[in-house]
Amino acid sequence: MTALLEIDNLWVEGKPPGSDFRPIVKGVSLSVNRGEVLALIGESGSGKSTICLAALAYARPGCRFAGGKVLLEGQDILALDSEDRRPIRGAKVAYVAQSAAAAFNPALTIGSQVTEIALVHEIMSATEADRRAVDTYRRLDLPTPELLGGLYPHQVSGGQLQRLMAAMAVSCDPMLLLLDEPTTALDVTTQIEVLTAFKAIIKQQQSAAIYVTHDLSVVAQIADRIIVLNDGMIMEEGTTKQIVEQPTHDYTKTLMKAVRPPPRTTVKTGAIRDDPSADTTPVLEARGITAGYGRVKKKIVLWDVDLKVSSHQVVGVIGESGCGKSTLARVISGLLPQVSGEIVHKGTVLPPAVAARRKAQIQSIQIVFQMADVALNPRQRVRDIIGRPLEFYMNMGASARRERVGELLELVELPRDFAARFPKELSGGEKQRVNLARALAAEPDVILCDEVVSSLDTVVGAAIIDLLKDLQQKLGVAYVFISHDLSTVASFADTIVVLYAGRVVERGPTMDVLSPPYHPYTRLLLSSVPEIRPGWLEDVMKTREAISGISREVELTDVGCPFFARCPLAIEGTCDTQAPPHREPAAGHLVACHRELDDLTGDIIQH
Amino acid sequence: MTSEVQAPEMAAGAAPGSRGFQTAAWIGASILGLWVLVAIFAPLIAPYGQGELLSDESFAVPGNVGLLGGDYLGRDILSRVIFGARMTLGLAAIITVIGFGVGIALGFLAAVAGGVIDTVLSRSIDAIMAFPSIMLALIIIASLGTSMTVLILTIAAIEATRVFRVSRALAMDIAVMDFVEVARARGEGLWWIMLREIFPNATGPLAAEVGIRFTYAILFISALSFLGLGVQPPNADWGSMVRENLQGLLFGSTAPIIPAAAIATVTFSVNLIVDWYLHKSNRDISDEILQ
Repeated sequence: MTALLEIDNLWVEGKPPGSDFRPIVKGVSLSVNRGEVLALIGESGSGKSTICLAALAYARPGCRFAGGKVLLEGQDILALDSEDRRPIRGAKVAYVAQSAAAAFNPALTIGSQVTEIALVHEIMSATEADRRAVDTYRRLDLPTPELLGGLYPHQVSGGQLQRLMAAMAVSCDPMLLLLDEPTTALDVTTQIEVLTAFKAIIKQQQSAAIYVTHDLSVVAQIADRIIVLNDGMIMEEGTTKQIVEQPTHDYTKTLMKAVRPPPRTTVKTGAIRDDPSADTTPVLEARGITAGYGRVKKKIVLWDVDLKVSSHQVVGVIGESGCGKSTLARVISGLLPQVSGEIVHKGTVLPPAVAARRKAQIQSIQIVFQMADVALNPRQRVRDIIGRPLEFYMNMGASARRERVGELLELVELPRDFAARFPKELSGGEKQRVNLARALAAEPDVILCDEVVSSLDTVVGAAIIDLLKDLQQKLGVAYVFISHDLSTVASFADTIVVLYAGRVVERGPTMDVLSPPYHPYTRLLLSSVPEIRPGWLEDVMKTREAISGISREVELTDVGCPFFARCPLAIEGTCDTQAPPHREPAAGHLVACHRELDDLTGDIIQH
Repeated sequence: MTSEVQAPEMAAGAAPGSRGFQTAAWIGASILGLWVLVAIFAPLIAPYGQGELLSDESFAVPGNVGLLGGDYLGRDILSRVIFGARMTLGLAAIITVIGFGVGIALGFLAAVAGGVIDTVLSRSIDAIMAFPSIMLALIIIASLGTSMTVLILTIAAIEATRVFRVSRALAMDIAVMDFVEVARARGEGLWWIMLREIFPNATGPLAAEVGIRFTYAILFISALSFLGLGVQPPNADWGSMVRENLQGLLFGSTAPIIPAAAIATVTFSVNLIVDWYLHKSNRDISDEILQ
């Protein structure tokens, strides 16, 4: 029996604006058998998505196929004209894109979008398609399958939307599923939810799949075979077990190294950790911050949050999306004036709004945003972007500024001549370095890093983290490091604040937070950090945290403990009506929970 | 690699019609350039003065009076169209500049400042826009008198309301981008944010809007002149020339057709350039997305 999909010596060329075509995919050959999941891994720019799209005989605008064959069931689909390709797309080969939020049309109901493929290809009638869709929702464990089709995309959670993408893709029983980074940029908990659903659906459908990602620990859970790509060429190929356990190629080893180890194995050495009780005046302090959005009637998203940053320290703020992490950063920087509470900088209370703060006060607290792309003005050159804080805060003259911009670029490990570039001439990692250089230009005491590595590849992200550590050593700057990725925070932070639904549920030195007793939410986050170990996904889904806590959205509540609905240890009648007491297992370590500390002490199931 | 596989949808390089847009833009630019030259050198080119009476005959045929015939008073149509280019294009340019200056400034301010400022500005401008623009202009000019300044300011104000809408919507989209947040967090003032962060990112759509508004300004002046409230005699402008000579249609004269055709050529050529620009900036955007 021949392979379902065979790609033979594929060449794809791309045309960057203003220059000539150059090869992106250089002679790649691979095959996918029926019922097999093949993973393509590599950094961004390695051509993995381009190869994936070739299975649809689709080249992105500005790209073209330059040679080779793509055989689907023995038929060369590149040789077909666009009319003959249509029956293949969606019906035989289905594509799941990275961002469900961007892939769904917000103006149409979910049902109409899920059944669209079947109707366009006239494979089934509308009623039949609807019935099948409901059936798929049920198999994907989605809530209220009968009603789901009538909802609009904004009415369901991000994880559910991602699962609905899978429902859309399988609506016509495709032979081949193309999954293009479907879990990148999701919270760890949501990632588990989506992965489990995808794995189940692939198994049930008996279809083959190509899974594109840069994340090895994800691949280990779902793929049968792995192909490692770099610069449009295959570096290494083998079964998942082989690649994960005995990578032979150097590039694969680099990728493995960049995967952050699970947090509990990396506890900081005592040398760096200061005694929290011996703290001098903190450089930055947030006291009882309550904040919200809306002009007339505020919707409160942060309740009574405390945060203390000592100089030269890293404070990690973690929680899933919707927990108020970014809101906290916006309050500290003065972009969102708080309702109550105060921000204290070196003993002085800062005015809530940035407009009311003095220049020197603003200068000492800088912020770096998550999306490196949109945080840089596309019409300004790097020298203007980095130079502006120098001019604005320090009144630096043009020649001094040019020199300093060069120094700052070197500080973030970029060549000096990048100063003349526009942001679109930089890669994702380089953009984030420029963002960082802009913040450093102000010579701040504290930098607020809002998910600075979440949108980057593992390898690039790891390099940014190393740079941040380096800069802290060199310049003594303190960070408030906001992330949903516990393993990143754990390797880096001195103290950790765990936020859930706008409240601090646990806070303390990193070592204390990452060892029992845990708040049940901390425990859920800890157990959700993926490991490069085939079978990890199944194991984690058996834990009590996952059973009660995965597939649930963060809900804001006014009374009781916000984690009540997802907590495996919740006490009915207490947790949902009364605010949890603050327990202090050790000096400086706080856990907000109704349960006794003993109940929270049990270790996470280890292997 | 001998097998060249290329489907129509992947053809990158020159997007379909790209060349056509460019040629059209060149044609448009040539026509417009020609008119600008005519306007600048009008006294040198025109065979006669714009108010010079050459004949007793109304609507003289070409040859009897000038190359393109005479108007209802026996003046040379060709000379009046040449002088009219000055008036019409000059006025339109001034009006467009003022209209855009005011419209963009207020539109950006509303988007960046938000809150009460936005509400007050937006609602007042909605109120102005609720009146049919020609009626509003008639009321203002009728009450303030038909001076050139009043004419310019009135039309510019009306243009500004339209520009306000567009630039506010544009700035709204840009103002929520993180780089604007960064500027706010840095403590930058409104002026910097409007001028340095937002404006450079809005030039594409705004430039296209300039072309469209410029055309509207010409048509608006012409319409007002046609109603007798625009440019006053004996100054020639294309709109009033159409009005003056309308009677000529009854006698089979081309006198009203020629200034109308002049308006049409300018409108047409500006639109050719705008279409090319829009097409080009759309392609730039898709190139950026590709990155």
